Amino acid sequence: MSELLKNIIRFFLFILVQVFILSHMPPLHRFVTPYLYYLYILWLPFGLSRMAITFIGFIFGLTLDYFLKTPGLHAAACTLIAYVRPFVIGMLISQEGADKNYIAPSIVSMGWAPYGTYVLVLTVLHHSYLVLLEWMTFGSFVYFVGKVVASTAVSLLLVLLTEVLFFRKQKFRTNTI
Amino acid sequence: MRNVFLFIRRHFNFLFFLVLQIIALSFLFRYNKFHEAAFLNVSTEVTGRFYEKYNNVEYYFQLKKTNESLVQENLRLRQQLVENFEAPDSNKRLFRDTIRVDSIRKWMVLEAKVVNNTISLPANYLTIHRGFRQGVRQNLGVTGPQGIVGSVINVSENFAIVMSVLHPYFRVEAKLKKGGENGTIFWDGISPSFISMRGIPRSANVVVGDTVATSQITSLFPANLLVGTVAEIVPDNTSNFYNLKIRLATNFSNIEYAYVLDNLQKDEQKRLEDSTRKKVQ
Repeated sequence: MSELLKNIIRFFLFILVQVFILSHMPPLHRFVTPYLYYLYILWLPFGLSRMAITFIGFIFGLTLDYFLKTPGLHAAACTLIAYVRPFVIGMLISQEGADKNYIAPSIVSMGWAPYGTYVLVLTVLHHSYLVLLEWMTFGSFVYFVGKVVASTAVSLLLVLLTEVLFFRKQKFRTNTI
Repeated sequence: MRNVFLFIRRHFNFLFFLVLQIIALSFLFRYNKFHEAAFLNVSTEVTGRFYEKYNNVEYYFQLKKTNESLVQENLRLRQQLVENFEAPDSNKRLFRDTIRVDSIRKWMVLEAKVVNNTISLPANYLTIHRGFRQGVRQNLGVTGPQGIVGSVINVSENFAIVMSVLHPYFRVEAKLKKGGENGTIFWDGISPSFISMRGIPRSANVVVGDTVATSQITSLFPANLLVGTVAEIVPDNTSNFYNLKIRLATNFSNIEYAYVLDNLQKDEQKRLEDSTRKKVQ
């Protein structure tokens, strides 16, 4: 399956899972909102230009906004992490040159520790920005901190489960071609 | 001029990012603009179809609960039938007819299938399968079999978006059924089964378990529609009012059907109030 088709299918799958499964989970606590959809942006290929990634992030977030009736909230957060993504990748794998030899960021292409850091940084960034925007309309500081911490923990757990359940095999490509 | 172009070219990615952020944030902070600019009407129709497909499957798992709540509602309505009551005096029978011939109709009721509902988000909405083709308009009240549900905020051809009671912007006047004191109910975002009520004076005689119903001063709902029961009474020491915690009558986790309530005299009432305001000024 081509990389483009794979990403288009993923786009809809992540939106549907977020809208129909995670948003319908019975509430554990008001601090816990399970988010997984932004993993789509983390899984986008290395080869995309920065402008393309930012734009895809915006469209992806806006699609979720249309479903959850939150105008621009997720679009803003997704645009931010999509814009920051190339910087984080650049910092984490500058030595190995994995972005040339593999298609997309994963445990295989980046290694456990850099990939974990990558997920953690972007998750925290996404949740902080999202909850900050929510905080501007209502809530308090305790709400902000509590929700960022609790939602990040739940999201990381979901990301880990997804990574283990849907393990992405990645072929090593030499850059001589 | 050349430097400006060079600057734009050099920082194109960052400027592009800023433009997208500004678009997203303007949607967020100018909510009404989102309705016009982002084609929310069209998207309601599209997302509504998705929700309907999903609900066709999910509905089967809720059939028992739905049936039970509808039976409960029927029971409540049957208890109010005229046949249940006997006149105290046999030669002077007074019938209180439910539909009087000479009365003016104030409320129209439409049934609607709930095709989507969230309760765990910080701001919750429902999607119902009735749109302007069926007579749903903006700012109509929505009630469920057990109690109030919310108000319509956006309508497309066959679907409508309902702002749930579990939304930080939802406000409606309610009263204590026993004493009739009016207050405002709103959701504090903590639990989907409780809401808050403000504005009940300390002089009111209120105990835990009292019924809270919609007030006659709201034009969104008919009077005396069930909201919930008082679960906790917190005296607000800085003012002369109580803060009440209300247990919602509506169980939002398994709501399958709702009724849209159309107040036929709302426009007239609003026109009169507005023209009065003009006269006084």
